[in-house]
Amino acid sequence: MSTEPKTPVVEEQTLPLRTPREASVGEVAAEQPHGPRRILVLGATSGIAEACIRLWANRGDALYLVARNADKLAVVAADARTRGASHIGSAVANLDNTGEHAEVLAHAINSLGGLDVAFLALGVLGDQGDAEKNFAAADQILHTNFVAPVSLLTWLANYTAQRHAGTLAVLSSVAGERGRKSNYVYGSSKAGLTAFVDGLRNRIDREGVRVMTIKPGPVKTAMTEGMKGSAKFADVEAVAASLVKAIDRGDDVVYVPGIWRVIMAVIRVIPERVFKKMNL
Amino acid sequence: MPSSAELDFNAPQPTEAGDKPAGPPPFESWGRYPEYNAELKQLHWQGDYPRAIDGVHHGALAVGMGRSYGDVCLLKDGTLVQTTSMNRLLDFDPVTGLLTAEAGITLAQILDFAVPRGYFLPVTPGTKYVTLGGAIANDIHGKNHHHAGTFGRHVTQFELVRSNGERMHCSPSSNPDYFGATIAGMGLTGVITWAQLRLKPIVSRMIDYQGIQFHGIDEFLDLTRQAENIEYTVSWVDVTSTGKNFCRGIFMQGDHSQVPAPLTVSGKPKLTFPMELPGFVLNGATVGAFNSVFFNKQMKKRVNTLQDYEPFFYPLDAVLKWNRMYGKRGLLQFQYAIPWEHAREGTIAVLQAVAKSGLASFLAVLKAFGDVPSPGMMSFPKPGITLALDFPIKPEKSFALFDRLAEMTNEFGGRLYPAKDARMTSAQFQAFYPQWEKFARYKDPALTSGFWERVVGGQLGVRGVGK
Repeated sequence: MSTEPKTPVVEEQTLPLRTPREASVGEVAAEQPHGPRRILVLGATSGIAEACIRLWANRGDALYLVARNADKLAVVAADARTRGASHIGSAVANLDNTGEHAEVLAHAINSLGGLDVAFLALGVLGDQGDAEKNFAAADQILHTNFVAPVSLLTWLANYTAQRHAGTLAVLSSVAGERGRKSNYVYGSSKAGLTAFVDGLRNRIDREGVRVMTIKPGPVKTAMTEGMKGSAKFADVEAVAASLVKAIDRGDDVVYVPGIWRVIMAVIRVIPERVFKKMNL
Repeated sequence: MPSSAELDFNAPQPTEAGDKPAGPPPFESWGRYPEYNAELKQLHWQGDYPRAIDGVHHGALAVGMGRSYGDVCLLKDGTLVQTTSMNRLLDFDPVTGLLTAEAGITLAQILDFAVPRGYFLPVTPGTKYVTLGGAIANDIHGKNHHHAGTFGRHVTQFELVRSNGERMHCSPSSNPDYFGATIAGMGLTGVITWAQLRLKPIVSRMIDYQGIQFHGIDEFLDLTRQAENIEYTVSWVDVTSTGKNFCRGIFMQGDHSQVPAPLTVSGKPKLTFPMELPGFVLNGATVGAFNSVFFNKQMKKRVNTLQDYEPFFYPLDAVLKWNRMYGKRGLLQFQYAIPWEHAREGTIAVLQAVAKSGLASFLAVLKAFGDVPSPGMMSFPKPGITLALDFPIKPEKSFALFDRLAEMTNEFGGRLYPAKDARMTSAQFQAFYPQWEKFARYKDPALTSGFWERVVGGQLGVRGVGK
């Protein structure tokens, strides 16, 4: 059975480095345009992150994975290793503990021997109903989705800006574009995150660091299971395939699937006197 | 549960089974018959089970891609736990070809990984869209049964999780009784979380293929004997023709090419069958015409060619959802294995009965099973001839024919394949699989299926699904 560690621990599982040519055969390796990238994934067991990890592993990238649950992290890491990631390091850590961020991040970068991409995929959906009744529940959502990423990004921004290199890819959400009654606590945490990431881009893009605001629409993952209409949500493999390409390019603001750029443009212009009466 | 950042556009509203009598069921088998409502839950992680069935009162069953035809993958008003999100690779040894993966991985996903690395499935059915767990649970067979036996023979170990939370490591030496009961165990002994499979080396995607026309069962049997050393054999047979064309067909045989060639990943299928055809489209005339065209498409008595493995093994996978061709009512499959003693007379008798009935069968597949034993207690294949037929469902006519064919199978000492059945009776099942009572001892009390309830349920006094 899975065990949720009560106290955060940091573990290191570094495998012998294999060259990417050994690790991935034939066409798989040929897809990699830049040689292996050193990628840090924070929140590695999230559905979208895991789907991206598979694609990165297939092409022989070097990965360092961080997640809370040791059992889940172990199978995600095993999958990436089997697919041919040129390096796998991992740490079990509860990223809600901002005090540990510096140690986790330094460990990761030492394990990878540098950093090309940091992908921040930590986050919780939370329960809107609970959060309306109980501030502690709202606080938890805001902490995991906003405060913890701000702490991680502050450290990562300073590290990458000094080196004039790197990509910080941050998973926000279209839910942050306009507060709605069905999930405004989650939405506000993502709105805060979007504003922070946009501002950070404005600060360090000129230093040569790509800062990406990623806004997925609803995607079929464990997080959205059981939601009304979830059968029609976007396929996580397709979302990951476009994200991996967007991260290679270092796009500023990414909507996945792309149609959400249009949908949200429409939702943003609905006048508030109409919007406040809608059931969204 | 860890989660990523996505939009919650609608407040979470878990769908409850039984709330919606109307509308399509959340999970269908490939034959789309019978149609049962059920609650469908996803297993994302190995630790999700048995927690996922806490508080379930009406039985549960693990399901994968829903490629079995009848009701082995259904449970009326029960809880289905789908394994397809639990599809991680766990380990691969490039020297021995031993692959360990979670049970929800599909054979298509295994091939995408294995083929570029010079490995292939040791046994593959006619579709690659089945899960590893489903392949074990139905102990599937393929065109190389006379060489390789069933899928279960190539499974070295797996984990079986029981509904009481017990996690059993099963292999020929560890819990060997549960190992044998779970292979071909129809998902009833527990949920397989991961399994290890021995892949086989290949140097090319290509198959050295030969197609040979035959007329009559004796020519088929001659070709079967001549092809003893060829790894893959299967025949398509025209079941609509009578007289001098009775039991005409094409004997298809092949071996993996030994000439090294690029081991690329297969492309994704681009075609999806666009809609359900109305029932009348498939009738005696159209199916007869199709069968004639198929037979005469191969102009020569014998054709030799190099063929990619995709069209050789998975011709129908090129069109997703091809079962829509059979319309809303769906299709019934029928597959028997009749032992050599009665194989010839039994096959002739069944083919005559089918031809006489005038009920069309598009795809009739004839093959000789070999004598490689399966570790599976309830495994279907046995040495002799197997014939697979499918029919659009026309309640009065096709059910009557089916019941007659099942009885004939029984008289000839054969048996039917649960993964392709929606009709066999309790008495027939118990005659086909006399070991069923021994098997029932390994069954997990919380798990059952539409099939099991139909053929055994009443007798054991477990929950009756029929109500």
